[in-house]
Amino acid sequence: MPQVKLTVNGKPATAEVEARTLLVEMLRENLHLTGTHVGCDTSQCGACVVKIDGKSVKSCTMLAVQANGSEVTTIEGLAAADGTLHPMQEMFREHHGLQCGFCTPGMVMSAIDLVESHPEGLTEQQIREELEGNICRCTGYHNIVKAIAAAWPLMHGRELPQAAE
Amino acid sequence: MYDFNYQKPAAIDDAVKALGSDPEAKALAGGMTFIPVLKQRLAKPSTVVDLAGLGLSGIRREGNALVIKAMTTHREVANSKDVADAIPALAHLASHIGDRQVRYRGTMGGSLANNDPSACYPSAVLALGATIRTTRREIAADDYFQGMFTTALEPDELIVEVSFPIPEKAAYEKFPNPASRYAMVGVFVAKTAGGVRLAVTGAGNNGVFRHTAMEQALSASFSPDAIRDVKTPEGDMNSDIHASAAYRAHLVGVMARRAVAACG
Ligand SMILES: Cc1cc2nc3c(=O)[nH]c(=O)nc-3n(C[C@H](O)[C@H](O)[C@H](O)COP(=O)(O)OP(=O)(O)OC[C@H]3O[C@@H](n4cnc5c(N)ncnc54)[C@H](O)[C@@H]3O)c2cc1C
Ligand code: FES
Ligand code: FES
Repeated sequence: MPQVKLTVNGKPATAEVEARTLLVEMLRENLHLTGTHVGCDTSQCGACVVKIDGKSVKSCTMLAVQANGSEVTTIEGLAAADGTLHPMQEMFREHHGLQCGFCTPGMVMSAIDLVESHPEGLTEQQIREELEGNICRCTGYHNIVKAIAAAWPLMHGRELPQAAE
Repeated sequence: MYDFNYQKPAAIDDAVKALGSDPEAKALAGGMTFIPVLKQRLAKPSTVVDLAGLGLSGIRREGNALVIKAMTTHREVANSKDVADAIPALAHLASHIGDRQVRYRGTMGGSLANNDPSACYPSAVLALGATIRTTRREIAADDYFQGMFTTALEPDELIVEVSFPIPEKAAYEKFPNPASRYAMVGVFVAKTAGGVRLAVTGAGNNGVFRHTAMEQALSASFSPDAIRDVKTPEGDMNSDIHASAAYRAHLVGVMARRAVAACG
């Protein structure tokens, strides 16, 4: 069986897995990181989103062997060692960006990638469009969008430019 | 998913050999179509040949053409300055494929090899009269697409890159399926020195096609009004749970007019 070596949340993680093992299966079943969810089998819901080498990726649509050698960040890797939440997690809490919480890990991982890759600013419209790959059955998205806009200044250390494109 | 052997060759020749020596072997690009297919057990490859180690991504200008390598992701096309300068319609198309996560992984080569009848890129390749360069030959767009999920590719032939002649003007307009973002109907129109080409995806019951009646009308007069009365035969349209043939035939006209208007 192929051996897959990853760095997960800053720590080396190795597993012997079948070639057909999905990355999300390796994370959940071999590494017991069950924060990453599986909400569909059509690659549409985004509950499984993790960060791989800085990009948000659907871990249900990637083989573990394809990720060999990569750096993976999951929802478990966001909070500081003392439990202080990542600003995105904090803003989801502050703005009530979750109800049942099933979509939340993927939503937060996508949101962090979105904010990090837009240092020039983000409009509400952009946030809504870029969340295309994350489905939430509870919140109606409104508070998720607010949470992401509120996390932008915390993550970039300055005010969110108005009417940025 | 059935299990398989996994290979990640470092040279194109080795990838072609791996595919040629075993009829059950299949290539893997970003996996955005292939992995869902495997999950549903719709394919049972003996070996999966990962193309990620072949150095097949990149975008360059070659005279009056834009050349995009097969493993270039939708995100790279959407964000490329070379694409924005040469064929902004192509960057626009790529930036509206699926969602952010699909665009990070999905590739031009994978999309063209798959030739999904609702995929976006086939309409651009056909309307721009692009050339598909493979491990064996060059294939003109008009010869490449051969109906839904069918192309001129042989089982052990890989797309290496695609060369797009740069048009005077071009635009892509899609009516996305609200759940998947695939095209319910998508129209790519290109105006070149040699005339107008207009390709429709998502609608036809035999995959992507050129709308020659519209091309003629637009070559005479390049304006939305010129195609207002051009009919799209309902009998050639696809009909499924998402839209009836009549609805699609109507949408072809609407999207085509919007695309022409978007050319400015
Ligand atoms: C949720 C979702 C939404 C999507 N929305 C859209 C959309 O709006 N518009 C759209 O156009 N597409 C859409 N797609 C598809 C997406 O564009 C993928 O890029 C496309 O399906 C191809 O995937 P891939 O590049 O990862 O190739 P893979 O899935 O890895 O491969 C697809 C097929 O191509 C073959 N192949 C791959 N590369 C080559 C090559 N270089 N030479 C020969 N054969 C090759 C493989 O063997 C396989 O049969 C969507 C996909 C998902 C999951
Ligand atoms: S589990 Fe739904 S997209 Fe991955
Ligand atoms: S909070 Fe329940 S699915 Fe989003």
